[in-house]
This record gives sequence, structure tokens and C-alpha cells, in this order.
Amino acid sequence: MTLPTEKRTLLTIITEAIVEPTLLRDLDRLGVRGYTVSDARGRGSRGVRDAAWDEAANIRIEVICPRPLAEEVLRHLQARYYANYAMVTFLAEIEVLRPEKF
Amino acid sequence: MTALDPVILFFLFGLTAGLLRSELKLPAALYESLSVFLLLAIGLKGGQGLATQPLAPLIPQIGAVILLGAAQTLIGFVVLRSMGRFSRADAAATAAHYGSVSVATFAVAVAWLGARHIDFEPQMSILLAIMEILAILVGIVLARGVSRDTDWRALGHEAFLGKGVTLLLGGMAIGWAAGPEGLAPVKGLFFDLFKGVLALFLLEMGLIVSRQVGELKRRGIFLIAFGLGMPLLSALLGLGTGLLLDLSVGGLTLLATLAASASYIAVPAAMRIAVPEANPAISLAGALGVTFPFNILVGIPLYHGLAMQLAGTAP
Repeated sequence: MTLPTEKRTLLTIITEAIVEPTLLRDLDRLGVRGYTVSDARGRGSRGVRDAAWDEAANIRIEVICPRPLAEEVLRHLQARYYANYAMVTFLAEIEVLRPEKF
Repeated sequence: MTALDPVILFFLFGLTAGLLRSELKLPAALYESLSVFLLLAIGLKGGQGLATQPLAPLIPQIGAVILLGAAQTLIGFVVLRSMGRFSRADAAATAAHYGSVSVATFAVAVAWLGARHIDFEPQMSILLAIMEILAILVGIVLARGVSRDTDWRALGHEAFLGKGVTLLLGGMAIGWAAGPEGLAPVKGLFFDLFKGVLALFLLEMGLIVSRQVGELKRRGIFLIAFGLGMPLLSALLGLGTGLLLDLSVGGLTLLATLAASASYIAVPAAMRIAVPEANPAISLAGALGVTFPFNILVGIPLYHGLAMQLAGTAP
């Protein structure tokens, strides 16, 4: 028996903790229905982000939504945040149960 | 000079451990908790002092520090723009750091005065909150100019309801409402333990400062010169303002310290949101890497010496 899954897109955003409030407001405004935020640390082109104190803390935001919405969010992030903030985003095709949730 | 204060030794310990790349690391939640404690303790102390005196004389003092903070931010901006050839955004953001205040520096000055039994006016905590709010607003205006798409509501929220200002003002309100007698039951935690908590906080500060060294090396001599020169100039402005307001020697020392100190918590957070094109590494390297250690190691005793000279009580 195969599970009744449906395709959705997972949008992952890794960025500075400081933009969390504005970023989440943007997501709401763009019509995202849910997201998960977790604390993160790592290293990239802007150096080590070890979360040892506020200024160096990162977060990871995950959003599951239909592909067109994910692309719209991505375009917005690119225009608004890429130039000035440490930010990495990527899309992945995933399968979900209960597609009406996403 | 008397023996080095233990809180300063904790700072030097953290700094040394950080520079030697020790494994030592305090949990981020502890740093948060300690800063909440320090802000509340400073607020409570100021509030309980205010409960015993009339509030009307505060108004000219508040006006004077608003002018002081704005003048400092503008001077910093002009110097960074002309001599440092900073971009407009970087100059505005860095100037805002220097126009604002550092609570940790203030706390060290309070402990320094306390150890020498020097009294100071309780309203210094209010002036601290005002200078913190003001520099954020001036910095944003310098970077952006006043345009229609400025989101003043969000910025006002950031400036007036940031963590630091909220805790300071909340602590003051509680201290003022409860008065010295009402605060007696919590005195053991907030006043008696103040120095111990400050010592622990400064250990973490030492570690944080040690991380700025790399950035300072990259930025070179101008940032170091600015990080040393700006607090000296600001301290003189602070002393002048304090004399006009007829403050005591303790009050003069604290106002000079407030003026000389540079923010590294509230302002970086606000600037990152409001002026994202400014490079936060530059202003943090100056404020944390140069000005903070300078103020707590050399500045505070120096400002106190100057305050005694100016007040005519030099031995």
C-alpha cells in the first residue's frame, strides 16, 4: 500500500537571529501559513556564527508550502535581505501527508 | 593607585583566556541573565533614590543630556565621515554607538564609586536610559535622512521598548514605588550581590572583547584612534554638562563615563534593522575592542580625577 502523499516545497532560510521579527512579519504578509524556527550556528562567508552572544546568533526557518508561494518568498528575500544580511536559502521538493495543511 | 578592582581582574582574565583561544565559554543564556540582573539592579537603585527626592529638577537635566547625546552623535558622525572616510551608513551607525551608552561601563563606574564611598545622584539611571534611546534615533536620521518610507512606529518601538530600556525603566518604577524600605527584602539579591554578578559579567565581556581583535587588525589605526579619542572628547562634554547641572563629584564622574561609553547591545541591534547596509563589525570592533576596555581600565579613574579638579575638591 502506498501512502497518499502529495508534493510540496520546503523552503529553508538560515540567517541572523536579529531579523527574526521582521522576517516572520514578511512571511505572514506573503501568505505563509506556518513555519518552524530553530536556533542555529555555523560558519560561512561572513565568518563563524557561534551564537556565543546575541550579535552572533543564527536561526533556521523552515516553511512548507506550494512551489509558487515558495518562489515568491524567495524573490522577496533576495530583494530585501540578501545584500545586507548573512542569509542562505534553499528549496527542496518534499512529500507530505495531509496536503491541506500546507 | 589602589590595587586593581576584582571586577577588572575578571575582565582581564576573560580577555586573556579569549586571546589564548582557551576552551572557556559561558553559556549564552547566562550572559542574557546577567545582563537582565544588572539592568534591573541599576534601575532599582536609581528608583529608590528618586523616591526620596522631588522630581521637578529632573526636567532640565533630561533636556541637557538629550543635547549632550545628540551633540556627541553629530560630532562622531562628522569625524568619521571626514577623517575616517566612512560611508554615510557606517559613519551614522558607528556615531550612534558612541552617542549611546554602555550599561556595563556604567555598572563598573558605579561599583568603582561604591568601593570608594563616593555618593552620586540617583537620577543617573534615568539619564542612562534617555541617552540610550536618543542616540538610536539620531543615528537612524543621520543614515537615512527623514523620508516618507521611514517606519517610525517600528523604530520607536525598537528604541523605547528595547530590552535594556524596558528593564531599566521597569526597575526604576519598582524602586520608586517600593522605596528603600519596600526594597529591603530583595536588597540581598539585587544590591549586595551586584559586584559578584558584575564580575561574572565582565568575565564574559573579556571573552567577547577578545573576539574583536581580528577585526581591529583589519581596520587599522584609524578605528583605534577614534575608539580612544572619541570617549575622551565625550567625557569632557559630559563633565561640562555636569558642571552646568551642578552635579556632585560622583555625578560628574558618572555623566562623563556615560558620555564616554559606547553602546554594544541596544544600538547594534537597532542599527542592524534600521541601517542594514552599515557593517556591524566596524562599530562593534571600535565600541567593544577599544572603547570599552579603555573606559573601564583607564577612563573611569581619569574622569573621576578630572571631576575632582573641576569641582574644586582636588586634594
